Amino acid sequence: MSHRSFVWLCLLPLSISTAAFFLLPMAKLLITGSEGPKGFSEYLSIVVEPRYRMTLINTVVLAAATTVTTLVVATITGMFLQRHRFPGRSLLIAILTFPLAFPGVVVGFMIILLAGRQGLIGEVTSRLSGDKLVFAYSIHGLFLGYLYFSIPRVILTIMAAAQKLDPGLEEAARSLGAGPWAVQRDVVLPALMPAFVAAGAIAFATAMGAFGTAFTLATNIDVLPMLIYTEFTLAGNLATSAALSIGLGVITWMILALARSFSGNAVAAAG
Amino acid sequence: MKTGLEHGVSLRVEGCAKTYADGTRALEPTTLDVASGETLVLLGPSGCGKTTLLRIIAGLETPDSGGRVLFDGKDLTSSPIERRNVGMVFQSYALFPNMTVAENIAYGLKIRGVAKPERAARVAELVQLTNISGLEDRRIDQLSGGQRQRVALARAVAIRPSVLLLDEPLTALDAALRERLRSELNRLLRTLGITAIYVTHDQAEAMELGDKVVVMRKGAIAQVGSPRDIYFKPADRFVAEFIGAANIIEAPIEDGRLMLAGGRQPVNGSEDLTTAVAMVRPETIRIVRSDGAALNGVVESVRFSGDRQRIVVRDVSDKPLVVDTANTIEVAVGERIGLAIAPEAIRFLPPDRR
Amino acid sequence: MRDRMIFAAQLLFTMLVAAFLVVPAGLSMTAGITVNYFRGIQSGLTLQWVVQVWELYASTILLSFVIAFGTLAVTLLAGVPAAYALYIRGGRLSRGVEEIITLPVAIPGLALALGLLLTYGGFGDFRRSWLFILVGHVIFTMPFMVRSVMAVFANVDVKTLDEGAASLGASPWRRFRDVIVPNASPGILAGSLMVVTLSLGEFNLTWMLHTPLTKTLPIGLADSYASMRLEVASAYTLIFFIMIIPLLVAMQWFGGRGGVR
Repeated sequence: MSHRSFVWLCLLPLSISTAAFFLLPMAKLLITGSEGPKGFSEYLSIVVEPRYRMTLINTVVLAAATTVTTLVVATITGMFLQRHRFPGRSLLIAILTFPLAFPGVVVGFMIILLAGRQGLIGEVTSRLSGDKLVFAYSIHGLFLGYLYFSIPRVILTIMAAAQKLDPGLEEAARSLGAGPWAVQRDVVLPALMPAFVAAGAIAFATAMGAFGTAFTLATNIDVLPMLIYTEFTLAGNLATSAALSIGLGVITWMILALARSFSGNAVAAAG
Repeated sequence: MKTGLEHGVSLRVEGCAKTYADGTRALEPTTLDVASGETLVLLGPSGCGKTTLLRIIAGLETPDSGGRVLFDGKDLTSSPIERRNVGMVFQSYALFPNMTVAENIAYGLKIRGVAKPERAARVAELVQLTNISGLEDRRIDQLSGGQRQRVALARAVAIRPSVLLLDEPLTALDAALRERLRSELNRLLRTLGITAIYVTHDQAEAMELGDKVVVMRKGAIAQVGSPRDIYFKPADRFVAEFIGAANIIEAPIEDGRLMLAGGRQPVNGSEDLTTAVAMVRPETIRIVRSDGAALNGVVESVRFSGDRQRIVVRDVSDKPLVVDTANTIEVAVGERIGLAIAPEAIRFLPPDRR
Repeated sequence: MRDRMIFAAQLLFTMLVAAFLVVPAGLSMTAGITVNYFRGIQSGLTLQWVVQVWELYASTILLSFVIAFGTLAVTLLAGVPAAYALYIRGGRLSRGVEEIITLPVAIPGLALALGLLLTYGGFGDFRRSWLFILVGHVIFTMPFMVRSVMAVFANVDVKTLDEGAASLGASPWRRFRDVIVPNASPGILAGSLMVVTLSLGEFNLTWMLHTPLTKTLPIGLADSYASMRLEVASAYTLIFFIMIIPLLVAMQWFGGRGGVR
């Protein structure tokens, strides 16, 4: 067998499985989205229909807030951990990164334990002020949940980027008279920009599409994945749910593609 | 030394060209013959097509249609590399990190179904031949650059290849080691008596190792010849300047003499020329007393580098003349000196094409 | 002095963040072995909840492992050769294929699951079997395997190694077996850990694809969060942690080693 045909043979299993179980279903989804009573305009309903639009805006705002907060928190902790050596450091790193692979449902449960009806925050606040603070089942709880699973991932990306930072750059800036803040502002943060973009894009895309956490916290949260789920299972509205999930997929894919064109391959690697 | 390796095919490359999918021409149609047991060096600057030609011979690239590669007259153009029985030493060595030194050397024999005891004997023989005894069980990442090079060579030779192909095998090493391994390689190639194609951009390597040197430029052969031919009788200005240092003089000729600013220089074989492009190697020019010399000039600079010195002399020709001379001669910048060049040391080059 | 203040402030902040992540996990672990969470740890320690979870949900744990290792087998058999082909071949077509197989990372699991349901929902036997979930997991985890292996290929310059083995007379299949796969092993290992971890924890796709008879561990978790008392849910989560943490540790360990070399 020639090398050429061997290479093609190597690609065959993957090509078949991708075609049958990814491309075909996606095509089917695309078609189904236009088979509703509204036809192709179903695809516009995500922005035209006030209820859907509101949900979309909610989801985007929530994802953006998650992204910004995560970046700030992760940059402070990530840079700190990368710069300093002290006893207990590796334990801290282990703690900060271990929720990396928690599924959304588990993260939801963590939030319930923290801010739910029997949660720690409620317990503490009721002892302090007599008022029991319970917010797990609202959009604030969801926000906290998204932080929970974004922080570990972003910290890892930022620590990796900070490790690759050439210390010569900072020394050069200081030799030119820059103070500590100026060094951070003019040298360190710009050098970490690709990592911010990459990690931010992933945090955003994940928050847009996350379903498990919202599902666990449930009740009165109005985000796109929940909307798709209810349209599909409760309302049985195939066309709408297909169109909405295509819309969601396009948005997250575009965010990641944009970030990748901006910051090289870091996004793909971190994904 | 009797190694049982004295063999090797004759090789013919016939009208092989290579055009890549994006339309770049890496190699113009090229024809080349290599005699059995001969070491042929492909020499040229990067991008001259030498590696492409080697990879076509190896079977790693297919020539554009019409090109043929023949081993002992047998057309192997459509055979992939694994069926050509070539031994190849790669620039990066391509040693398998998942195998020990001995396993690397034995791999080709294992593929050929050679029995274990015979493999072991052969490995022992080659380890001896390439001076890497004691390293058999090392992992590849435990070897120095020079040791890796030797393992790569042993592995390529182990299969008794029809042709040994070497793609810049010494380039990854530092200068001192390169020189030592070069002479070792030379000894080995002579011992084996194998047909070998050696690609390099280093002219000293080419001179020392090649029975025949092929100078390449822009995807085409500029000159084929023995190292001496290439050096003393370059076919054109490119070859002259690529191999060693060369003074290129353009001047009118009268009565068998080059008419230069610094005097008249007798030359041979200029009967039908009125102007000439001539080449003189720096080491063929002698410094003599100024009075009575055929050529006169002024010392522009002296570069003393220990074992020799290089003097640049102006006002002799249209361009300053480079002279390599013994390190005992003392001249000062600005001094007026005489130069002597034997007529046979001057070689006429064809006027530049293009 | 000022430096020490900054250091202390940063340390405090970092510890707060760590507490945010670790406290609920700790709460859940203790809740899972506490007699009555509402009364606190003084109510005593017990394994009764863990036993109860095992009785109720053992099948989900088993199925999760079956699917995770099934997914691993498929991603190995299809992904490793494909990574080799894509790397060796290079060019625009390969980048395009890579782009397509990476899409499931960007596309929300819901959309993928919906597509699978719409396409294959009618094939009753397939729809009802755990293979339906396996298919979803394979599509979702495949890019992690392929990318992980391709990254190693780039590192060890596998193209030249392939040519080296070819020059010694090895056929394409021999080269793949003797040289390519052994030298890709760090990437294969990293990819495998990733695939198993992701598959064990996958919920978004699985929730849509599962049937009452094909529940995986995360499905069972969601179920217990919704309908069981807190101690049972916690005990179940504890079991999940015990399963997943060794995988995470192994991943970090190999990741760290990979970074050093």
